[in-house]
Amino acid sequence: MFAPEFSYHRASSIAEAGRLLAEHPGAKVLAGGHSLIPILKLRLAAPAVVIDIGRIPEMKGIAAGNGTVTIGALTTHAELASSEIVRANARALAEAAAQIGDPAVRNRGTIGGNVAHADPASDLPQALVALGATFRLTSPEGARSVAAEDFFEGLMTTSLREDELLTSIELPAAGPGRGSAYAKLAHPASRYAVIGAAASVTVAGGKCTAASVVLGGLTSRPTRAPSVEASLVGQTPSEAVIAAAAKNAAGDLGDDLMGDIYASEEYRKAVAHVWVRRALAAAAARCAG
Amino acid sequence: MTIPVSIAINGRRYDREVEPRLLLVHFIRDTLGLTGTKVGCDTSQCGACTVLLDGAAVKSCTCLAVQADGAEITTIEGLADDGGLHPLQESFWNKHGLQCGFCTPGMILAAHEILRTNPDPSDEEIRHGLEGNFCRCTGYQNIVRAVRDAVQEETS
Ligand SMILES: Cc1cc2nc3c(=O)[nH]c(=O)nc-3n(C[C@H](O)[C@H](O)[C@H](O)COP(=O)(O)OP(=O)(O)OC[C@H]3O[C@@H](n4cnc5c(N)ncnc54)[C@H](O)[C@@H]3O)c2cc1C
Ligand code: FES
Ligand code: FES
Repeated sequence: MFAPEFSYHRASSIAEAGRLLAEHPGAKVLAGGHSLIPILKLRLAAPAVVIDIGRIPEMKGIAAGNGTVTIGALTTHAELASSEIVRANARALAEAAAQIGDPAVRNRGTIGGNVAHADPASDLPQALVALGATFRLTSPEGARSVAAEDFFEGLMTTSLREDELLTSIELPAAGPGRGSAYAKLAHPASRYAVIGAAASVTVAGGKCTAASVVLGGLTSRPTRAPSVEASLVGQTPSEAVIAAAAKNAAGDLGDDLMGDIYASEEYRKAVAHVWVRRALAAAAARCAG
Repeated sequence: MTIPVSIAINGRRYDREVEPRLLLVHFIRDTLGLTGTKVGCDTSQCGACTVLLDGAAVKSCTCLAVQADGAEITTIEGLADDGGLHPLQESFWNKHGLQCGFCTPGMILAAHEILRTNPDPSDEEIRHGLEGNFCRCTGYQNIVRAVRDAVQEETS
């Protein structure tokens, strides 16, 4: 399969990418290419111009400081999964990245491309919403920050404007008594998420003081489970309490569910609580203190 | 529109003008005539096109040649540098890790990736590491044995 013809520009800085985007309305940016290249080959898109941002040094790397972890948009899934900083501060994100596709996919695909593409079967969006991430977006007009929760608008749609680049993602650093985890039912052929549950839990004095539970894979955008969260807060996160809280997930999912020949809407809704329970149990076990 | 690229493959640098849409796998197979790398699914699923890009395994059907500009690529032809067989090639041979052989170049480079990131993998880790590579013949058992055999050869 061949992609339709396009002209190619390689940006060496964020500023140059911004200029190129402004010059070529309708252009597509190329990061790892692991969603865009398949789309071009299937001719689901035919941009006249492709702007390769894959080598921009300012968009690479992971750093921690001032209570924040900053992750460049070009960080690959393999880098996320093996980063000590990510594992220590945002275990759910490292676990979600480690379960994407296969090793070769994880070597090329990037966190920025994953969230900008906003495939409902992706793994990183729900982890980033659960962890309270903030996305930094830049255009020649200036930069702005958007909470992960507001970034994902629906099936493959985000609040990213055509002339904007996602440059980095910020996460709050680990706090005392906080733990997170990701649990996934992977499609047996594609490895994409059928159900992906991300949980972040804070425990103080043996009681849960905050919980953030977000599901993906089965809804068009990451979906928070407020009744699961509410039934945990104030409780001792025992196995029984977690199992009972997780059962509320189905009610939070609503009726707009995704299904396919592998897993129907009804099936996904019926078993979602299992992955919520697993993510919560693993997160709670990591809350030292 | 064509773009100049300079890509080193198996230690030799090639300078060519390519269309931006040219896939790395077609650059390797059609432009340069190195046909060890295979095209199976052409949809990023099967791993037959796996090559090493700056040492790390990638699916060359899902990478543009222009993205590999300046990179060092290793294909199955260049895995052993002395004209002999690489230990992984030896162990695939010894353990019958192939039948028709179509998946084998990609399988061996995926196995190389497993050992690059984890020098002493368990059988489960080997299976997990081969998730992106399909084999229609062997049933995978002998492939896992071959990778394990290569680990033991290295550590003994
Ligand atoms: C075989 C296979 C299996 C996969 N399995 C999974 C899985 O299990 N779970 C999962 O989550 N994902 C999976 N993926 C998708 C993978 O994670 C992709 O890498 C990711 O979705 C896209 O990242 P990329 O860097 O490759 O982006 P690209 O393909 O380069 O770009 C994707 C889109 O985002 C835009 N974009 C990219 N970067 C930016 C940026 N910085 N700012 C603005 N726009 C940007 C592009 O214009 C394009 O529209 C799989 C992919 C393949 C091929
Ligand atoms: S041909 Fe590239 S993954 Fe199948
Ligand atoms: S040996 Fe035939 S496909 Fe693997």
